[in-house]
Amino acid sequence: MVKDITIGQFFPGTSVIHKMDPRMKLILTLVFIVFIFVCKNFYSLLLMVAALICIVFVSKISMRTILKGIKPVLIIIVITALLNLFYIKEGTMLVDWHFIHITTKGVYTAIFMVVRIMCLIVSSSLLTYTTSPTLITDGIEQLLSPLKFMQGSVHTVAMMMTIALRFIPTLIDEFDKITSAQKARGADLETGNLVERTKALIPVFIPLFITSFRRAYDLAFAMECRCYHGHKGRTRMKQMKYARRDYLSIAVMLVIIAGIILLNHFFGKVI
Amino acid sequence: MSVLKTENLTYMYSEGTPFQIVAIKDVNLSVEAGELVAVIGHTGSGKSTLIQHFNGLLKPSSGKVYVDGQDIWESKATLRQSRFTVGLCFQYPEYQLFEETAYKDIAFGPKNMKLDEAEIDRRVRQAASYVGVTDDMLEKSPFDLSGGEKRRVAIAGVMAMEPKVLILDEPTAGLDPRGRDQILELIRSYREQTGSTVLLVSHSMEDVAKIATKVMVINNKNVEMYGTVEEIFEHAGRLIEIGLDVPQITKVFLGLKERGLPVRTDIYTVQQGREELNRLREMKQRGGDAAW
Repeated sequence: MVKDITIGQFFPGTSVIHKMDPRMKLILTLVFIVFIFVCKNFYSLLLMVAALICIVFVSKISMRTILKGIKPVLIIIVITALLNLFYIKEGTMLVDWHFIHITTKGVYTAIFMVVRIMCLIVSSSLLTYTTSPTLITDGIEQLLSPLKFMQGSVHTVAMMMTIALRFIPTLIDEFDKITSAQKARGADLETGNLVERTKALIPVFIPLFITSFRRAYDLAFAMECRCYHGHKGRTRMKQMKYARRDYLSIAVMLVIIAGIILLNHFFGKVI
Repeated sequence: MSVLKTENLTYMYSEGTPFQIVAIKDVNLSVEAGELVAVIGHTGSGKSTLIQHFNGLLKPSSGKVYVDGQDIWESKATLRQSRFTVGLCFQYPEYQLFEETAYKDIAFGPKNMKLDEAEIDRRVRQAASYVGVTDDMLEKSPFDLSGGEKRRVAIAGVMAMEPKVLILDEPTAGLDPRGRDQILELIRSYREQTGSTVLLVSHSMEDVAKIATKVMVINNKNVEMYGTVEEIFEHAGRLIEIGLDVPQITKVFLGLKERGLPVRTDIYTVQQGREELNRLREMKQRGGDAAW
């Protein structure tokens, strides 16, 4: 059910990746994602995948969890692969049977696309697996701090994101509970056409909205009681500081980038 | 005849994943019609999981659930029937209110049963009278009612389905002592008037001792004890051992017993306590110190 989605989940741990500065993790993830698309031949792609597997290994997140994260987007991956496979007409023809034409270029592109999408998902979910939502938003806030002239809106947006992320599991819980309660009163959520089913959700969503508003009020009061008044004069309990491992991670990333560029340069382009 | 029965009922959360947790294991129980059973157990003992099996909200990982002698998982129809035979009222039921008026909200269950207008109207008014909801409260938006009133409307919403078995999960949670007594009193009188079976989930012994006819103690994923209130309180020591609170008066008598006084320990009301103390005093006057 809803609970089985792992994307965006956080698995606490003590690995180097967990301990890294969230700002550094955000930047390096972005850089990594960019370079996923720079790979032009199988050698650089292989290096990319190997590097990613090493990072996963260091983070001590189980392969099983990683694969589970890919599962929801499997359909998208398959469709992308099939589209590339059948619609690219360049390169040498491999199969030419009635309306099916498969070319070498099509096969290569399909493979590249599958690997790229998987790397994209694994690297970005690795960020959320190893960084608590609070740290991620704190990191984003810090990274966007040059935009301070926008009258504290950076802080407000970051706070809103933190709160939103924090309440996702709560809302899922609440949704399950209210659904059970209405089912116990004979509400039928499983049968009927689309319109009927949508209508059947009204008894679930109205209480859910009301509860959310109540919660929002409570939270706002609680924050005000603790003298929260936005960004002005706000200091942090945990100051973010780059440590040696962060500089080390930059070095590792530079090596990977250099490797990719060199491999791209010395071996021919495939895609 | 037993109205609720389970056979080797086992339920696991997230079955087949690394997060698999056994919530209840090999439960065999049978509840006779017309009883007012208090289901007690500390948090996480599996009592909430157990009760959600009686109306088919949870599907057993293994084992069978019988309601009124009918295996509820036999077909879609029997499953749906179980929803109406067993009325389940969750904890904090006021959070499930959604209609424009209290009347409409109470009518939600009967409407799902596809009853005709007149019958729905009769049931709504009947249920409202059980819980003391007045006619002008029925016309109000449920969100304009007070906390206690909301809860009573929500309970009426389940009662209006006229279930053979009414299950209430912590119906007194979060209420002040007066609200709590009101709810307990209306449950007691509901059962007296309708003669239906009631299961009351609670962790407060004090509450259940007042109105229950039977007590079911859930511990360690299973039913540990099931019997009349007196039978259960005879094992007051065991109850404390498994982390359940017993009524204050029971604790007093357990303490007296520990200090070597020949008292009974199945005392759970102040009235009984007084009688027991009087008996003790008479004994002392008659027999002198010989008794202790």
